[in-house]
Amino acid sequence: MAVTATTKPKKTLSLKRIDWRETLHLVKKQWSAYLFLSPWFILFMIFTVFSVSFSLYLSFHEWNIIEPDKQFIGLENYIRLFKDERFYQALWNTLLFTGFGVPLGLASGLIVALLLNTKVRGQGIFRTLFYIPVITPLVVSSVIWKWIYQGDYGLLNYYMLKFGLIKEKLLWLADPDLAMPSLIIMGIWMGTGGTMVLYLAGLQGIPEELYDSAKVDGANGLQRLMFVTIPLLAPTTFYILITSVIGSFQSFAHIYIMTNGGPLRRTTVIGFYLYETGFKHYEMGYASAMAYILFAIVFILTIVQMKFVKGDIQY
Amino acid sequence: MAVTAKEHELQKVSPSTRLGVNTLLLFLGKLVVYALLIAGAILFTAPWAWMLSASFQPLGDIFNWPPTWWPEHFTLENYRRVLRAAGIGRWYVNSAFIAFSVVVLQIFFNSLAAYTFAKRRFPGRDAIFVFMLGTLMIPGVVFLIPNYVILQHIPLFGENNILGQGGIGWLDSFWGLIVPSAVSVWGIFFIRQYMKSIPDELLDAARIDGATEFRIYWQIALPLSGPALAATAISTFTWNWNDFFWPMLVISNPDLRTVQLGLALFVVQNRTVWDVVMSGSVLATLPVLIVFLIFQRYFIRGIALTGMK
Repeated sequence: MAVTATTKPKKTLSLKRIDWRETLHLVKKQWSAYLFLSPWFILFMIFTVFSVSFSLYLSFHEWNIIEPDKQFIGLENYIRLFKDERFYQALWNTLLFTGFGVPLGLASGLIVALLLNTKVRGQGIFRTLFYIPVITPLVVSSVIWKWIYQGDYGLLNYYMLKFGLIKEKLLWLADPDLAMPSLIIMGIWMGTGGTMVLYLAGLQGIPEELYDSAKVDGANGLQRLMFVTIPLLAPTTFYILITSVIGSFQSFAHIYIMTNGGPLRRTTVIGFYLYETGFKHYEMGYASAMAYILFAIVFILTIVQMKFVKGDIQY
Repeated sequence: MAVTAKEHELQKVSPSTRLGVNTLLLFLGKLVVYALLIAGAILFTAPWAWMLSASFQPLGDIFNWPPTWWPEHFTLENYRRVLRAAGIGRWYVNSAFIAFSVVVLQIFFNSLAAYTFAKRRFPGRDAIFVFMLGTLMIPGVVFLIPNYVILQHIPLFGENNILGQGGIGWLDSFWGLIVPSAVSVWGIFFIRQYMKSIPDELLDAARIDGATEFRIYWQIALPLSGPALAATAISTFTWNWNDFFWPMLVISNPDLRTVQLGLALFVVQNRTVWDVVMSGSVLATLPVLIVFLIFQRYFIRGIALTGMK
């Protein structure tokens, strides 16, 4: 991740051989450092390190959480996953949700940030208004949007009919073809504010001189945007991309409240399928295998994004 | 290319008309920017405004077609009903207790670890730090099942024996919501980045004067990290107040429900009582909204900083 770049690991380790007596001496002298870390370290070891390992262990077992017996079944859970059509469907839904939702959210956040960065009056008010959806509890957002998408009395149908965009009322969340796009649109509403704040910070970090010299070279506004602003925002874009992809891959709460995975499982994303498998059907081993496949996908996507963006960043 | 085009233009148009055209363009540009921003702000605020408006309308008016944005028959009845029926008072207390506990624990534990990573030299520091950051890449859903099982087997709680068998451990209790959230890698990382900018001379001077490391942390590093602590406190509070998934898995006793959990279950069970649902939603949002509006300076700066470093 971008964050690791700030630390320089191994440098001291590889340059000189470790002097054990010196190390031991330092450990003794700095014993309280370990004490300071211990509250975090203990919880981290239990709820992160042990947890992840335990999940891997479970993924090789069949277990229904109620009985103490965990039966070792090797790779069977993973093999079953590769044959599970519902899993593929959930994977496809997740890819749709992420593939459309993340770029759209990125673009809308960037547009708002660019508009706000033109030294408009009331920047603070606009920023607050765009940011409120981000802090609104997911449960509440789901309630509001359920109403917006409601078929008979919903706001969206009313205004789309009024402006002649549709001819008859649509059942946004109950129509298998519309449910996923509806969730994606709602996702843009929820995500734009967060992206906007990050882009605003990124924009403020671009030195004014660069624009001045671009102007001297005769670049117009669009050229300055394409060749100065957007390339220099690449690190911000990269950061947003990685965190939103990870976030989008585990969406659950609003889907649970708004569509419950339906209609026809068309909004069952991986996070939701995992919840169903683990906490409704009590197939803990199978759900853990699913979590690990998800982990692998997110890991690969992150590496690909790193490679892809690294080649692009130039200063 | 661009330069020659510009020179060409310069020769053709006299300076004064150029100025006039530019001012006009600039003015039109501004107008477009404002129009777009206002349109966007309306679109982004509308869902929210509608919820607020509906929460003050009788059920019949909520179903009006066209929708009424300004309550025609203003009423507080929805709020009275939600306060009476749904037990939201209890949920409020629960949510507040959990969110405050997590904030206090996180501020203390995170900043203690952050100080140690930022300002102390000890064997293994960089290795531990990099390992810690590496775990940020793991998606949260990976932890769901194992952490649920771990909570179930906490020894000597929830009628468990010393081996963690026989009972429910920390499931269906606030312990299970608070303890796993009592530290955060993001929080540690963020505060550490901030503490790195505290000059070492300041800390060394205190060391020479014989101050213990804890005292240096408590009396120098901590007070100097106010903005970072505020930013993490606010985002931790918001996150915990808004969290729904983990409480849903852990809590089954109705008396222990949080606001979000209670509201979500209420929505799922009573699909038609939109009046009560709307006022409940407003009440569930109010605390984070207030915290956000008061502290948004820290909040937005904090989020921006975490992203940039």
